[in-house]
Amino acid sequence: MIETARLSDPDAPARLRRDAETLAGPLPPLLAAAEHLASSVMPGQHGRRRVGQGDEFWQYRPSHAGDEARAIDWRRSARSDDALFVREKEWQAAQSVSLWLDMGRSMDFASTRNLPTKADEARRLSLALCVLLVRGGERVGLTNMGLPPRAGQLQLMRLTDALARGEDEADYAAPDLRGAPSRSRAVFVSDFLGDMEPVTMALAAAADRGIDGVLLQILDPQEEAFPFDGRTIFESVGGTMRHETLKAGDLRDRYLDRLAERKDQLSTLARRTGWQYDLHRTGTPAPGALLWLYTALERAH
Amino acid sequence: MFMLGPLGFLAPWLLLGLVMLPILWLLLRAVPPAPIRRRFPGVALLLGLTDDETQTDRTPWWLLLLRTIAIAAAIIGFAGPILNPKADAGGTGPLLVLVDDTWAAAQDWNQRIDRIETLLVEATQAGRETAVVAVSDLTPDAAIPFRAAQDWSATLPMLEPKPWMPEAEAVTAWAEELSGGFDTFWLSDGVDQPWRSALLDSLQDRGAVSVFEAARPVVALKPAVFEDGAIRLSAIRNRTGSEAEISVAAHGLDPAGIPRQLATVDIAFAAGEAEASALLSLPAELRNRVTRFEISGARSAGAVTLGDDSLRRREIAIVAARDEREGLQLLSQTHYLEQALEPNADLIHGAISDLVLANPDVIVLADVVSLAGAEAEALEEWTRKGGLLVRFAGPRLAASDLGREAEDVLMPVRLRAGGRTVGGAMSWGEPKALRTFSAESPFFGLPIPEDVTVSSQVMAQPDPTLAERTIATLADGTPLVTRKRLDLGQVVLFHVTANAEWSTLPLSGLFVQMLERLAVSTRLAALEPGDLVGTTWTLDQAVTGFGEVVDAGTTPGIAGERLAGEAPGPELPPGLYAGETRRIALNAVAEDMSLAPVVWPGDVTVEGFAVAEELPLKGALLSLALLALMIDVFATLLLSGRLSRQATAAALVVLAMALPAPRAEAQEELDVERLIAATSEVTLAHVVTGDAAVDEAAQAGMQGLSQVLFRRTSIEPGEPVAVNLETDELSVYPFLYWPITEQQPRPSEEAYEKLNLYLRTGGLILFDTRDAGTAGFTNGSPNGRKLQQLALPLDIPPLEPIPADHVLTRTFYLLQDFPGRHISRDVWVEAAPADAQQAEGMPFRNLNDNVTPVVIGGNDWATAWASDENGRPLYPVGRGFAGERQREMAYRFGVNLVMHVLTGNYKSDQVHVPALLDRLGQ
Repeated sequence: MIETARLSDPDAPARLRRDAETLAGPLPPLLAAAEHLASSVMPGQHGRRRVGQGDEFWQYRPSHAGDEARAIDWRRSARSDDALFVREKEWQAAQSVSLWLDMGRSMDFASTRNLPTKADEARRLSLALCVLLVRGGERVGLTNMGLPPRAGQLQLMRLTDALARGEDEADYAAPDLRGAPSRSRAVFVSDFLGDMEPVTMALAAAADRGIDGVLLQILDPQEEAFPFDGRTIFESVGGTMRHETLKAGDLRDRYLDRLAERKDQLSTLARRTGWQYDLHRTGTPAPGALLWLYTALERAH
Repeated sequence: MFMLGPLGFLAPWLLLGLVMLPILWLLLRAVPPAPIRRRFPGVALLLGLTDDETQTDRTPWWLLLLRTIAIAAAIIGFAGPILNPKADAGGTGPLLVLVDDTWAAAQDWNQRIDRIETLLVEATQAGRETAVVAVSDLTPDAAIPFRAAQDWSATLPMLEPKPWMPEAEAVTAWAEELSGGFDTFWLSDGVDQPWRSALLDSLQDRGAVSVFEAARPVVALKPAVFEDGAIRLSAIRNRTGSEAEISVAAHGLDPAGIPRQLATVDIAFAAGEAEASALLSLPAELRNRVTRFEISGARSAGAVTLGDDSLRRREIAIVAARDEREGLQLLSQTHYLEQALEPNADLIHGAISDLVLANPDVIVLADVVSLAGAEAEALEEWTRKGGLLVRFAGPRLAASDLGREAEDVLMPVRLRAGGRTVGGAMSWGEPKALRTFSAESPFFGLPIPEDVTVSSQVMAQPDPTLAERTIATLADGTPLVTRKRLDLGQVVLFHVTANAEWSTLPLSGLFVQMLERLAVSTRLAALEPGDLVGTTWTLDQAVTGFGEVVDAGTTPGIAGERLAGEAPGPELPPGLYAGETRRIALNAVAEDMSLAPVVWPGDVTVEGFAVAEELPLKGALLSLALLALMIDVFATLLLSGRLSRQATAAALVVLAMALPAPRAEAQEELDVERLIAATSEVTLAHVVTGDAAVDEAAQAGMQGLSQVLFRRTSIEPGEPVAVNLETDELSVYPFLYWPITEQQPRPSEEAYEKLNLYLRTGGLILFDTRDAGTAGFTNGSPNGRKLQQLALPLDIPPLEPIPADHVLTRTFYLLQDFPGRHISRDVWVEAAPADAQQAEGMPFRNLNDNVTPVVIGGNDWATAWASDENGRPLYPVGRGFAGERQREMAYRFGVNLVMHVLTGNYKSDQVHVPALLDRLGQ
């Protein structure tokens, strides 16, 4: 309840943006690996290995008619006897990244007052990633809210707004890849505690469409520790699910087994579809998770 | 009252509630703890998991037990249980409280008084007339003073144990005179007395008698006896039960004149033995210092025995003229002397000049005439300092010119040439007997054996002083022993030889007694009345019933024969009696005394201190119930999972903190750290006054002074410290600043002890009344009066205002004023000795050789010194430049003071500079 109250606050988007900018600040702009669309198998890291619009130097070529005078590189031309040279840049194309953020009620949970809720943590991380990507000139979209990938600061504003306001009534939300262009990248952020069926389906569909990406699981420390004892009735955050036990302590081992199994399932699934999987615990430093996301998206294919 | 063994219950019907417990057990057992509802996103993973066991839907047995105990404790607690409830003593009519106020009761006197108080309260409640009578006060014709019981409470503090045992006649006489009916409560001291059974019979005729007697044995120490070169200490006890060991300590003055425990010896009683003894062997030097023996931990006159001259071994030097004759032992000049003195004195022989250096108590010259000039001088000096020089005449003395024309310093009288011989083969007349000693003579009272005759003697010249110097004469009035006082010492001349050649005196017991009276030798055996006939003794130090040795004050003299013959009593209190030259101890416990336990007849109820106190248990039981319920709260929370592990840990930590022990340790550790910090640097300290503003100023002042010292001198003080006189160790701080406030609490006795030790061992306290010295320290300001009050128990030497040549004026800076925030010249330090001389060539005197323990003033120095950590002054001083100058002077005073503390009178040594330079020049 505290969280919703905070979100309905008119300043909430601004605050979220500020927090995210702070988090994104220390990282260099991300140059997303440009993926070949048609001729897919090309080794290397950056660019498309051909002349085009970009910032990085590609080659000098002799000028020919039609080149603008300001395109001539006078320093290089002065070193040659007679020819004039033009400086060409490598073509760099922007990449599309689609985010899906679990906005189910289960994310709206923090075990102690001192910890942020999982939803908060997810929003902050996601937006930080968006900031990085936008700064790097990439196109970023949010599939939950139907925001198609676009570049620019304005998109960042929209993303911020959408992230701050988005909410799902269901306890556990299903991933969604609507509006994600084929052969783009995707990021799923969730606790992945609900049913695994939709996740499996979504990843299969993504693989079909040539989308690869990242699974980031966010968990609360309590969910990993299960520090309960005695007679307890467990309820989901939305209240739709409940489980009663007389001796919660006895369930601990079996619960932890199931959780480990779930994590294993996720990482196997990711490996199989060419995705990457990582776990982030609320309360641990967020820059670590962001750095991982950054490198995971930048990784060559 | 309902009784259950030693337990009594005020409201026994409540105990029926205990019947409810089994029902409660069943009820509680059936009710499982209520579940907690928890929000938990991971519930999806839990679906389908089932519990292994279903045991926990019942309360666990230990929790049930805990709850049952809580309820049971509450029920029993409200039933008002009392352990050892006191049954009413019962009885009506007058009550006589008879107190054995002997030294044997002193050991647990306070308990006795408490017991009497309880009795009086009970008697007051019962409205009984009461009389509190001490056994030693009994006089035959006195009626028992029955009065209202509460009247007696006020007189209880005046009741004190006496250091003697009451006389049998007085008690039995009193017992016979008793009349009327009354009950008796007798606080017996536990030692059997001849009068006890008579008194008991007589009291039982009047009414019921109950007796109160301590179970603890009475232990007493007999007079110490010198035996085979060691001191034999015997202890007696009244109960010969099990083995026991007591420790006896010898007390006396150490060479510095401070009372100390010189030695201890353990005496072990074998089981069934009433007497035990131990030998204490001490070096002669130490033994002569012993003034009393005391049973450690015992507190009664019986546990103390005073040492007197009998324990002292005098050092006697015997010098005889060179013997020209063949060695016939019985004719030797010193044979009889040595026989008489050997048992109880240490004899030394040698050359006179060596003997004088050994500083013996007595030097005996047997017919020695020729003394070298240096020897005579040394001997004279030794005598004038209190030595006793005993000379014997002989053929050489008679033949010499010593003291013939003029009186020799080392002779009491002038001698006529030749001497005389009576009753010999060549002379008329019979050998002369001795005349009875006159009252002025130290030998007065000694019986004269008839067979003591004198056949030869040296004759004294008639002189105006002869009569007063004669202390023993022959029957015809010629002096036999003469004596002359020489400053503190005396010279005694026996006009006969020390062997049996001239008289039979050395063969008689009288000779030994005479030597004893002259304090040449000391008695070995017990005193006989005859030994002391004619002497008068005054009580010098008295022993109280509690065994404390106190100054006796002025008391009438006691005849010597009483001292030797009688047991101590009201008119002859035990203590140390001083005579002319000797001291005799009269101890509460005589040599032949024995202690026996009192055997009470069966019809007398005997009560001991061990009687259990009435102890209401209600509070304890209710606390137990509360505690059990508290534990139950935690246990329930833990069981139902409502208490997280962290919270449990926190609760445990809080509990652990509540326990005092670890905190004390932490405190100790802190103290140790503080002490280490204080000793690793010079640390200035100020006394905490309790006034926050003053303490803050003092702290800042010490801070400022430390900074100034750091900058200007080689003293680099550490962080200043606030000192609490009660708890902190003082010895690590060379300097204490003590601001006086009116509200300051007076330090405790222990704190004063610490302070005195601090002052004696070179600490310096700067007292600051902070009132510009308006007090003048004689009257006036409240702070001045407070200072007087605070400093009264302190060991402060005479004071004077700082003289212009005091070393404080030049330890670092040359100063003549000592301003703080105020400018008053009234600053006091330890006074210089009156005979301080102006040092030659120096503008100051040769002053006392130590640091003044106190400096007292009212200039509020701390505020003048006070500065913050950046060195900025915190309080204004004066105005403008003059004010800053004054602050500077205040700092200089501080620097000088700390320098004085640390270097002492180093600067005073400048008086020696000319001498040193002179020597260097050579």
